[in-house]
Amino acid sequence: MNIIEPLVKIALILLINLTTVAYLVYTERRVSAFIQNRVGPNRVGPMGLLQPVADIVKLFFKEDIVPTAANKFVHSLAPLISLIVALSTFAVIPFGNTIHLFGRDIKLMIADVNVGLLYLLALSSLGVYGITLSGWSSNNKYSLLGGLRSSAQMISYELSMGLSIIGVLMIAGSLQLDKIVVHQGNYLGGFLPAWNIFLQPLGFITFVVAYFAETNRLPFDLPEAEPELVGGYHTEYSGMKFGLFFLAEYANMITASAVITTLYLGGWQFPFIENFGFSPLAVSLLQVAAFGVKVALVLLFFIIVRWTIPRFRYDQLMNLGWKVMLPLAVLNIIITGFFILV
Amino acid sequence: MTPDTTLHLTDYLFYFFALLAVFSGGVVVFSRNIVHSAFALMFTLFAVAGLYVLLNADFLAVTQILVYVGGILVLILFGVMLTNKIVDVQIKAGSIHVLPASIITAVIAGTLCGVFTLTDWFVVPGADASAVKTTAPHIGEALITNYVLPFEVASVVLLVAMLGAAMIARRERKK
Amino acid sequence: MIPLNFYLILSAFMFCVGVLGVLVRRNAIVVFMCIELMLNSVNLSLIAFSSYLGDPTGQMLVFFVMTVAAAEAAVGLAIIIALFRNKQTVNIDEINILKW
Repeated sequence: MNIIEPLVKIALILLINLTTVAYLVYTERRVSAFIQNRVGPNRVGPMGLLQPVADIVKLFFKEDIVPTAANKFVHSLAPLISLIVALSTFAVIPFGNTIHLFGRDIKLMIADVNVGLLYLLALSSLGVYGITLSGWSSNNKYSLLGGLRSSAQMISYELSMGLSIIGVLMIAGSLQLDKIVVHQGNYLGGFLPAWNIFLQPLGFITFVVAYFAETNRLPFDLPEAEPELVGGYHTEYSGMKFGLFFLAEYANMITASAVITTLYLGGWQFPFIENFGFSPLAVSLLQVAAFGVKVALVLLFFIIVRWTIPRFRYDQLMNLGWKVMLPLAVLNIIITGFFILV
Repeated sequence: MTPDTTLHLTDYLFYFFALLAVFSGGVVVFSRNIVHSAFALMFTLFAVAGLYVLLNADFLAVTQILVYVGGILVLILFGVMLTNKIVDVQIKAGSIHVLPASIITAVIAGTLCGVFTLTDWFVVPGADASAVKTTAPHIGEALITNYVLPFEVASVVLLVAMLGAAMIARRERKK
Repeated sequence: MIPLNFYLILSAFMFCVGVLGVLVRRNAIVVFMCIELMLNSVNLSLIAFSSYLGDPTGQMLVFFVMTVAAAEAAVGLAIIIALFRNKQTVNIDEINILKW
């Protein structure tokens, strides 16, 4: 068994992910500045492009404070859990078709698990541990409230997330993410790519909303809601541990975008590429590029939503989750089943 | 046919997961801190999921993580956080009836181990575990053909449990 | 290849750890976790049997055990929270109002 190939892939994905995180933060700050009619970071390097480096250096040199009443072990472990969960989802995401390179076929995903979709769901349900445990171990009432909120929120929205995925599952007939992407390579009526967003718009909406809640982004960032909970679950964190939470949040965003792209936006499919007559290698590379562009667009969507929509109140959050999202997700399954039967 | 006595990677994995499961199970029982117990339970659940993978039940392994670690344990942690603060955990988290409990446990352990070692288990010779049809499509098909009645009953159980839990935990409305 | 016995004995050990916890601990939530431990050990033995007999029935059974465990967790925690609200304690030796 060749062990070098997966290792190279893991290293590459980690490297790309972490770099993207750094520049995602920069993009977010620039976009938010643009939306709020400010300038944003523009002093460090040309156009402020070196700002992420400065941020990381700053975080490294900050003092790492652990509250005396905190549970030290859990307090240090919690940010790690957050980050590991955020990064390990990438193991099953296909970011390109099988590519023929150096005389052999390389599958552009780390692990082709045959229950990939379930793996995604399982990992996203683990994300809550980092937040909940950090909230509990800080021994601070704001942190605890943040942790409690996050566990309630994640359990509520996981249901509608799982139920919306079932629609994708019914169409593709497989839990394997690779097959789901391949299945989206057809065309509807000869001109519209058969991406799942066109096949089931309702499922797409419920899934995206639920995933926003899972990643604790605005309008669902109640676990850290600054105006009411100081900093929420990471109130008592500083220095590199806070940096890890920060990293985890943005890594989670990237993961979320990649998952949304894979499940609903056709993954690495580049529509009509077979009509242009490129060489196979060029086609593969263009498909990887297509995946990257789609992920970037979804990320931009995440950022714009964060800076334009206000936060929900807690009761609104629960009402939306249980009384709107859940019935809609079930409705999506029924509609999909109906169309499959017809 | 002589049994293969050399240790493979999977065998090491078995011992690793087995030790992890039993050790963290012990932490669950004997830890004074409830959150540590819950945390240890997470490791036990992961170890059991690993054992499922070794037994070629990968669908159930992922389901185990999804249901137990992602659902049940989060609920438990939620309960812990609602009913405990860090500072008053040490008070009265102790043990009761240690001696009779140990005797009962020892009796159960002895019986189970005796039964498990003495029984000549019927093992299908050459049964290839990977040939058992337990991937997601097969399980799904079995659920709506041979097991359709238990499947429906299970769904009713879940519904009733959900309603019951909501009823019990709800605060009484004062008029 | 690990023989079937090893899995069964491991399952027995886990079960006994769970039993001990249920009998010894006085915090209702820890008792609860120990019950999950016992359910898990039984699941493990079921899957071991299923795998060594080449018969998927055991795995189906585990599936239903998981459903019941989920239902049990929801109801159990609701009861614990209701108890805590009324008695301000989750220690089972202090919850004795049925003993009159």
